[in-house]
Amino acid sequence: MIRFEPVTLKRMVRNVLTTRPDEIGCDECFEQLDRFVEMKLAGKNAAEAMPLVQDHLERCRDCREEFEALLTALQALA
Amino acid sequence: MVERTNQEWLAELRGLEQEEALADLRALLVKGLRYAMADRPAVTEADLEDFAQEALLKVLAGLDTFRGESRLTTWAQKIAVRVAFTELRRRRWKDVSIEDLIAEDREGDWTPPVLTDAAPSPEQRVTQQMLMEMVQRLIAEELTERQRQAMTAAVIGGMPLEEVARRMGTNRNALYKLLHDARQRLQKRMLATGLSPQDVLVAFES
Repeated sequence: MIRFEPVTLKRMVRNVLTTRPDEIGCDECFEQLDRFVEMKLAGKNAAEAMPLVQDHLERCRDCREEFEALLTALQALA
Repeated sequence: MVERTNQEWLAELRGLEQEEALADLRALLVKGLRYAMADRPAVTEADLEDFAQEALLKVLAGLDTFRGESRLTTWAQKIAVRVAFTELRRRRWKDVSIEDLIAEDREGDWTPPVLTDAAPSPEQRVTQQMLMEMVQRLIAEELTERQRQAMTAAVIGGMPLEEVARRMGTNRNALYKLLHDARQRLQKRMLATGLSPQDVLVAFES
């Protein structure tokens, strides 16, 4: 029996229940991330234009951390 | 630094002006990483230089794969961020094994975490408990041993996917797919009980 905290349980169950058959993996998300980020920086609706990337970033903490760091870097350099 | 178009970057990085282009790109990557890692005091200037250098090698090796759908500098910065995070995660988790994360339920040892929102109502507490038991049961019944291991380490233990993958002899992408399959199995069973995302929302919101 593995103990886990309410906040983890909540996140996990919601993630499970909203699982989609067409999810992309980390590699494909990484492939498309530069395009996604530039769209965001240009003030366009990246989530709408690239929904599978958006979905992956909502589920995958590691990719999301990298995305946020990339966004920070590019915003600062702009 | 001289502003360059993608065409100019590609030409220079491949050609006779490589040294200057590399120097400019290196400086840009270091600067970008410095901003990105500003909230991480453990990251040193030497680290930033190392990350940028490794990223540059990958950029040069991958120039032919660059599709020009974004700016080359964005693409390169993306690679640099990935290099940085891979190394930082490796350092942070190097002394942690998967077994460390699979802890038996020890009633006496465990101190409940401080929750940021208000305490659950009795009804919420019952639903949370029910969900916990359901999830435990489904994990035991529906998943392969590998999936259980991956889920415990990554989802419950919080270990980064790359770190879990390395310990399990696979890669990050394959691990994501493994977990995706696991979620699909759990989803099928959970939906069959009539559970909805709304139910979960209600059980945890205050």
